[in-house]
Amino acid sequence: MEWIQYAVANIDLLAARTIEHIALVGVAVGIATLTGVPIGIAITKNERLAKTVLYVASIIVTVPSIALFGIMIPVLSLIGHGIGYLPAVIAVLLYSQLPIIRNTYTAINNVDPALREAARGIGMSQNQRLQKVEIPLAVPIIMAGVRTAVVLNIGVMAIAAYIGAGGLGTFISRGITQSDPRQLILGAVAVSLLAVIVDYVLLSLQKRLTPKGMDQAVLAE
Amino acid sequence: MIRLDNLTKVFDTPKGAVVAADHINMEVPSGEICILLGPSGCGKTTTLKMINRIIRPTSGKVFINGEDTTGLNTQELRRSIGYVIQQIGLFPNMTIEENIAVVPKLLGWDKARYKARVRELMHMIALEPDAFLKRYPSELSGGQQQRIGVARALAADPPVMLMDEPFGAIDPINRAVIQDEFLKMQQDLRKTIMFVSHDIDEAIKMGDRIAIFRAGKLEQYSSPDDLLADPKDEFIESFLGEDRALKRLNLVKVHDLVSQEVGTVTPDDDLGMALSRMDDFGYHSAIVMVNERHQPVGVIRRSLARTTKGYCRDHFEPLPTVTHLDDDLRKVASLMFAHDMTWLPCVDEGGRLCGHITQRDITHHLGARYRVQQADAITEV
Repeated sequence: MEWIQYAVANIDLLAARTIEHIALVGVAVGIATLTGVPIGIAITKNERLAKTVLYVASIIVTVPSIALFGIMIPVLSLIGHGIGYLPAVIAVLLYSQLPIIRNTYTAINNVDPALREAARGIGMSQNQRLQKVEIPLAVPIIMAGVRTAVVLNIGVMAIAAYIGAGGLGTFISRGITQSDPRQLILGAVAVSLLAVIVDYVLLSLQKRLTPKGMDQAVLAE
Repeated sequence: MIRLDNLTKVFDTPKGAVVAADHINMEVPSGEICILLGPSGCGKTTTLKMINRIIRPTSGKVFINGEDTTGLNTQELRRSIGYVIQQIGLFPNMTIEENIAVVPKLLGWDKARYKARVRELMHMIALEPDAFLKRYPSELSGGQQQRIGVARALAADPPVMLMDEPFGAIDPINRAVIQDEFLKMQQDLRKTIMFVSHDIDEAIKMGDRIAIFRAGKLEQYSSPDDLLADPKDEFIESFLGEDRALKRLNLVKVHDLVSQEVGTVTPDDDLGMALSRMDDFGYHSAIVMVNERHQPVGVIRRSLARTTKGYCRDHFEPLPTVTHLDDDLRKVASLMFAHDMTWLPCVDEGGRLCGHITQRDITHHLGARYRVQQADAITEV
């Protein structure tokens, strides 16, 4: 249990790295939500476009993170950011697109056609239908996509330590290079705990954002 | 008033063009309910949905209260037409109050006005506002939800309503209740309503007029009684069913054919008097005995009056049943069968005897139309 003593002794560093980690994932997934949700909504209007977009997003997820970092080094070196914060954020941003776009697309598409017809028949414009009916009903499923993205990318971000992005992955990379099991275990445990806790926090946020009156059973997935 | 002028819808499908509605011409006068009736795929729903452009017409025009709607903005047009669908379509993320207030809010009503309107509507559909307004649709029964669906359609007081099998998903017992409530509301509201149904009994009950569709064409458009008495062709005859003459029983009320004069006896009359009254009025089997307030209290049988002496008060039998002036003939016929009677006394709201109705009266009334037709046919020949 030496790693616990190490953690206690370096509590300030641990806190700083954790905050760094959360900030990296938070910024990246935040931007991904701002882009992914509108894309997910937009592609519901065109089935062929939807297929293409979801296909591209799936391909991105299949690229291993370490390869993605490798590809970005020469490209981003052109603007002087080959390693560090920027490529890490971009990688997470890209990985987050699939769960967020896919869930948004599915959620909007799955809105009961009867509700859609009622909203149209009542005289709501397309924007009003989105704002008042379709998006509120889609929120729980969109949030589930965001959760998936966050949890997935807390892991990806640990690897980004190798390109100097910081975060909890630094403990792991240093533990390996310095043959120091204390740092290694601390990093691994911290990343895992962070993923579990953040998932739980986001789940409660998802429940809070779910419109009252919607069947809770539907949202358990 | 709703008027359809050559309204046509052609769907392009992979198998070629399908004419879902073929030059539909019809007019629903203000304040009437018109039922669009027919088998599935006959074009009745397509026709309905072209009025509020849920389905865009291929050609033809829709006039509402004399105004051609072609030039109107789609959203504004829809806000001026109440719309009720079978699946109800209440928004699950909104409270009952928010659901009902949707259209008034879209129209920019201020808060006090739409809140007052919501309460007014809740009273109209007989649901307690304080108990329901803050609840969500999923907490309500199907029947309650469809009442809210109707209230939502009525919220901005549109002159015209479109209803697409509105009560189709509700269980039969609740459906009859909601139909009755709706007809009662309609007596005051006098909306012009187009109503899609596939249920002939619902059509007869709810409709001032019935339009029968088949394969995209309007086959017959007439009042329920005309339709049942005089179906245009074999398709409509078979659609209405072989018992269509019986269905007309629903359309006639007791007060339409109750006999005005009625012979009675009082408890103090003797049986000889009862017998001579029966002869005077031509009653074959019995005569009603009434009390001093003219309420029927029993019957004196002819067989008994002929063979016995004494006063009526000592020899009457209890009255099996009575009918009321606003009962329909279907109920009367049912009561006659149930009690093995060929006639029934009829009472008014105060329970006073006001006439009687016989099986002959019913047959005669229903048969009158056919006799006229036969007479016409003979004169034409």
